[in-house]
Amino acid sequence: MTTTASTTIHPTAHPTARDAAGRPFRQVHLAAHFPGVNNTSVWSDGKAESQIAFSSFRHFAQNAERGKFDFLFLAEGLRLREQKGLIHDLDVVGRPNTLAILAGIAAVTEHIGLVGTLSSTFNEPYELARQLASLDLLSGGRAGWNIVTTSDAFHGENFRRGAFLDPKDRYVRAEEFVAVARALWDGWAPGAPAANKKTGEFLSADALTAVDHHGAQFDVSGFGTLPRSPQGHPVIVQAGDSADGRDFASANAEVIFSLHSEFEDGQRFFRDVKGRLPAVGRHPDSLKILPAATFILGDTAAEARERSREVALLQVSPQTAISFLEQLWGTDLGGYDPDGPLPEIDPVLADKGVARGRVRHVVDPVAVAKTWRGIAEAEGLSIRDLVIRFAAKHTFVGTPVQVAEQINRHVQEEASDGFVIVGHTNPTGLDEFVDRVIPELQERGVYRTEYEPGATLRDTLGLTP
Amino acid sequence: MTSPLYLGIALDGAGWHPSAWREPDARPADLFHLDYWVALVRAAEAAGIDLVTIEDSFGLQSTGFGGIDPRRDEVRGRLDALLLATAIAPHTSTIGLIPTITTTHTEPFHVATGVQTLDFVSDGRAGWRVQVSGRAHEAAHVGRRTLPALDPALVARGTDPAQTALLEDLFGEARDTVEVARRLWDSWEDDAVIRDVETGRFVDRDKLHYIDFVGDRFTVKGPSITPRPPQGQPLVYALAHQKVPYELAVAGADIVGITPHDDAHLVAILGQLDTAAQDVSRGADEPLRVWTEISVLIGETADAALATLDRLNATHGEPWTSDTVILADTAEAVAAQLLHWHSLGIDGVRLRPARLPDDLTAITERVVPLLRAAGVLDRPIGAATLRARLGFGRPESRYASPTAPAARATAAADSEADPAADSTVELDLTGSIR
Ligand SMILES: Cc1cc2nc3c(=O)[nH]c(=O)nc-3n(C[C@H](O)[C@H](O)[C@H](O)COP(=O)(O)O)c2cc1C
Repeated sequence: MTTTASTTIHPTAHPTARDAAGRPFRQVHLAAHFPGVNNTSVWSDGKAESQIAFSSFRHFAQNAERGKFDFLFLAEGLRLREQKGLIHDLDVVGRPNTLAILAGIAAVTEHIGLVGTLSSTFNEPYELARQLASLDLLSGGRAGWNIVTTSDAFHGENFRRGAFLDPKDRYVRAEEFVAVARALWDGWAPGAPAANKKTGEFLSADALTAVDHHGAQFDVSGFGTLPRSPQGHPVIVQAGDSADGRDFASANAEVIFSLHSEFEDGQRFFRDVKGRLPAVGRHPDSLKILPAATFILGDTAAEARERSREVALLQVSPQTAISFLEQLWGTDLGGYDPDGPLPEIDPVLADKGVARGRVRHVVDPVAVAKTWRGIAEAEGLSIRDLVIRFAAKHTFVGTPVQVAEQINRHVQEEASDGFVIVGHTNPTGLDEFVDRVIPELQERGVYRTEYEPGATLRDTLGLTP
Repeated sequence: MTSPLYLGIALDGAGWHPSAWREPDARPADLFHLDYWVALVRAAEAAGIDLVTIEDSFGLQSTGFGGIDPRRDEVRGRLDALLLATAIAPHTSTIGLIPTITTTHTEPFHVATGVQTLDFVSDGRAGWRVQVSGRAHEAAHVGRRTLPALDPALVARGTDPAQTALLEDLFGEARDTVEVARRLWDSWEDDAVIRDVETGRFVDRDKLHYIDFVGDRFTVKGPSITPRPPQGQPLVYALAHQKVPYELAVAGADIVGITPHDDAHLVAILGQLDTAAQDVSRGADEPLRVWTEISVLIGETADAALATLDRLNATHGEPWTSDTVILADTAEAVAAQLLHWHSLGIDGVRLRPARLPDDLTAITERVVPLLRAAGVLDRPIGAATLRARLGFGRPESRYASPTAPAARATAAADSEADPAADSTVELDLTGSIR
């Protein structure tokens, strides 16, 4: 544990630490993001271990639990990503089945939440609700479900129904999916099964309620196969950013995994989403907003900045720089020099980009390209420099004290309820965060020092009324 | 050295007898807790049992084959078997883990990656017991098709065209699902990850393969999102009772589980498997292994075992019936039956304990030592994976060898020229009936 003297902006007494107005400090909630199949995950420096061996997942999960994280988080993509019609080969490729790996992790952890990304498009409610309930029971009430709605034909090619879903119905299906799942999770009365050897009643007469759902997306009737988990329902997480996505989240989600990690942008998003809650009869604390955040630590601020640059160069190889630009330009830029200036041509506008199988967050490529060109010219940036600037920007760079204080500022000043922390080395990327940043947060009285005994994920997140 | 006899334990609820959960040592309140299952599997592992299977279905259990019944005096409800097996894996180290997964309503892609992941978490101890769902109420859980009620009696007679068509449809789908899974398991060559800093490439995309499966019911593009698992091909087990399921087993399984009622029946089944092998081409690398299945209730004496069975049946209100032989007898009698099957060339036995933990304990403490003394439990030394332990090799990816595509093309050309050369891979029953 570090003994760095912190500038004590916030008193250190916990857990009842209070601000100047006497209110208890808002508590920081943290999730640990397993390194993804994108260029954030560095594989070329010899430190990265297997992306698929169970030992990696075990280390990652046990370290996050050592750091008292609320939950660990797994993304999912149901097809290998492609660029220019070929499987994308520059980033880490390959991951496990989300539900199965979480079941394996449940067996080697005790307290930490287990949140998996699972599609409401390429699953059916009866089966997925049952699998999530199984995970919830196997983990003693620690399961969470990040609902994603990707519905394109590219992913559909791996599934029975192909591209069956009109994208505008993606949240219609998600909404109905959750409703059916919740009915199934409520299908066994609390306390069932009775399993009474004496009377011979395994189930009492009123133990089971049938689900009989008939809607636009699903016809599901029958009985669920599992008792209620200790937390009743798995925690619902959402990660879409559209207006529909935000409405869906305010009606259904308990956690939002967002991209709004910048302070002011974060405050705007926070106000927008929390502002939607009273209308649906919800308390602002019943939905936690956790933006994704990367971090780089150093003993001094200057050392951290230097490390940030080194890591960025690993995250954006010359090949990755060109490939990144091709995603925006929508065309082959193989002839351009990564260390030279940006292409003078405009992006090609097509309904389908060159990149498939990844989440696209850019709306107007021509405008963005123009902005980028402007920045590059003004600051004399090469293609690779510019890509580093946008694709390898690290959210928090500084000493452990500085990073802890930035995180805490976001939380106290309502830019977020915490963060989903993304490391860049699999599986040890969060080790130093746990060693050096967590104690600083704990010292400020804004982060747990122990899990509550027997807490479910919902308890840990502070969502239980 | 005699060839080994392999042993599997079929785990389900509190045991296979419907009243087993009311026995003094049963733990019916713990059926939905991981530690209950870990304790059972560890006991089997410690005794040297080769594998456990875990039952599952796409809905609540019911008596017989009909719809949901109103019985509340039997165990109802199950954890998802794949997830349960995967959670058991880190708590065990050598035993094979074979969850039951339904092919009827599930996504072949998810099934394949699920089994692959179990193989990674268990370091190469994964299998999959393939099962279809022919129950109308299970189809209603998904609501995408209506199934006529499958009637085993009618199916067995084989005279009802609708029933036969249903059976063929369900098992045809299972065959397609196994084929998709096997292709996906091979879709990454073992050395696809190259981490080549010079060219900036993490994978060699030439070693990742589209599987382009096209069938009547679904198409799957591939490749898998998951790298090739430790065993290459996790083990596929198919329980089968008649022609159509035998054809599934021949086409795609590594092991077929059969349920002979006596020696004559056994010979008849082996004959039917032979016939199936003439009609169906085999999609697995090695000859199909034949295991028998048996339900056991073990007592200190034969009379004690029968008395226990009677008592359980009385509690249940009717006799317990099974697709297998139910042997309520001494450990010596169970061991003798297993050794008899072994002498007929059977490769292994999946034992279904009537009561858990009682009959599992009797198997591990009393039957296993008898078999060990008979010298049939010697295993390959240092077998790291379930396949190796059971004497299977580790197959190359079907997409791997640079010479393979050419070889395949030649074979196809040959078979066009000479239809006789297009013969199916023969089921090596002489290998298993030694
Ligand atoms: C931070 C973030 C992470 C996401 N992670 C995944 C993921 O792992 N897998 C996936 O299929 N979709 C992922 N998505 C996609 C969204 O969940 C959503 O399905 C998609 O963005 C369409 O919804 P929208 O239009 O509301 O954004 C993510 C989105 C965001 C904002």
